Amino acid sequence: MKTAGASVFTLILLTLPFWLGNPYYLHVAIMAGIFGVLALSLNLLLGYTGQLSLGHTAFFGIGAYTSALLTLRLEWPVWPAMLGAVALAALAGWLIGRLALKLRGAYFVLVTISFAGVVSLVSVNWMELTNGPLGLPGVPAPALGPWSLRAKEAYYYLVLAAVALSYLVCARLVGSRIGRAFLALRENEPLAESVGVDVTHYLVLAAVVSAALAGGGGALYAHYTRFVSPEVFLFTYTVTMVIMVVAGGKGTLAGPLVGAVLFTALPEALRLATSWQWQMLAYGVLLLLLVFFLPRGIVPAVVVRAEAVRRARRAVK
Amino acid sequence: MIDQAGGLAVSDLAVRFGGVSALGGVSFEVRPGTITSVIGPNGAGKTTAFNAITGYLRPTRGEIVWEGAALTGLRPSAIAARGIVRTFQKTSVFPSLSVTDNVLVGLHLRGTAGFLDVLLGRRRLAVEEAALARDADALIDFVGLGHRRRETASALPYGEQRLVELAVALAARPRLLLLDEPGAGMSGAEKAVVSGLIRKIREQGVTVLLVEHDMRLVMGVSDTVIVLNHGRVIAEGAPAAVQAHPEVIRAYLGTAG
Repeated sequence: MKTAGASVFTLILLTLPFWLGNPYYLHVAIMAGIFGVLALSLNLLLGYTGQLSLGHTAFFGIGAYTSALLTLRLEWPVWPAMLGAVALAALAGWLIGRLALKLRGAYFVLVTISFAGVVSLVSVNWMELTNGPLGLPGVPAPALGPWSLRAKEAYYYLVLAAVALSYLVCARLVGSRIGRAFLALRENEPLAESVGVDVTHYLVLAAVVSAALAGGGGALYAHYTRFVSPEVFLFTYTVTMVIMVVAGGKGTLAGPLVGAVLFTALPEALRLATSWQWQMLAYGVLLLLLVFFLPRGIVPAVVVRAEAVRRARRAVK
Repeated sequence: MIDQAGGLAVSDLAVRFGGVSALGGVSFEVRPGTITSVIGPNGAGKTTAFNAITGYLRPTRGEIVWEGAALTGLRPSAIAARGIVRTFQKTSVFPSLSVTDNVLVGLHLRGTAGFLDVLLGRRRLAVEEAALARDADALIDFVGLGHRRRETASALPYGEQRLVELAVALAARPRLLLLDEPGAGMSGAEKAVVSGLIRKIREQGVTVLLVEHDMRLVMGVSDTVIVLNHGRVIAEGAPAAVQAHPEVIRAYLGTAG
């Protein structure tokens, strides 16, 4: 039953470009995938270690700019440039992790916000490197041997693979003693220390992996829109990521992906359904209702419901 | 004088918070394989001594030597790695994790899987996880919570949460276990269970250092009792001798003079 459901779901994802028809829908699917990677990345920190990063666009933007600059200025091929983006974002994550070693809660949030602010200012003002507010046009699309992945259909599969890989990384971490150390940090830090969990080590590790994934998301974004500007550092992106993680269910593996699909599709659906005055209002009301009725997020609510149904069935038998 | 290779030796340990002296130069020893209790009125510095020994606060002065090596300046996790594990005065579990997961966190140091092993999904990981799960099960049975494995720790009654705490501490495989008021807030029956467990833990070769207010529990299990008052050791010895010590009686009953 469960495997059957999973294979149908996989089949739907794999065939999506063939029956979706409208290229605009495909664009939404690609953006949902990119945000899926970002939400998975944020969830590692927020959902598992319990630390809120409100500077996540910094890692996203560093990834986007690094990959764009490596291909445009140094004429690196796209794939190594993307790896470079992941590496530099991971380095930035390490730096933030080290800076925030002793900081928790609101102080950690402040460090991440300030970091994003600084990186954003650099992107606007270091004209020689980043072309300032004008941005970097003409970022090349990746190619697989002789085949360019410029078409949306092809890029969709690249993003899908990236989401699958990010999910695998998160799933393996979370299911290991490393994931348990993350949770222990969130749940009770002094107790974790008392049984030998080197909490700061694991906080830095979580920050590095989270930043690396966000950097990968940034690189995917850069080579998809093929244009990078300081807009990648917009605070709205961070807020969107937080909404996706919290509404989907923080501290669950599937939650961020559900949130990413929902909150990428929702604004687009609202745009079709209502006039622009009502869009943001409807978005806000829906979000409020969701938080009010499903405070722990969609995925935990579904899990609880499914558990209750299973128990009821067993009782009937 | 104890053998330098074994046991815990605290010498001239002092802790000041601003102008307040919480511990004023305390010296005592814990012989390996014994149960030693630290008693004293509230504010005597018992928990402060625990916090200093386990690295949660840095002493102003003095030395703590464990198995011949100084512990001063080490982080709590590093001290745990050397075999000293403590519990906390207030109930302290991983609230939203299951009892099993609580204990699995306690087993952290026994796992060896590193970041790359985990990312690559190496096969020996599954073997290790299965072994850890068996260890966790055995520990949960040891403290008598076999029927609670899957329950969320915060949903358990108070007494059982304290037992979870004990299982988590034992999971870290201590050679010296520091228990901070393990009987606090428990019923008489629960306290009897705890003192039985403390004895069993010692039988497994674990040295126990206990802070406790319940005199019946202390006198029942301890080999040595150390009495602190106003940050100083005022008496030390076998339970019966300490109970009869005039200064101890004065500290507890506040006799004039």
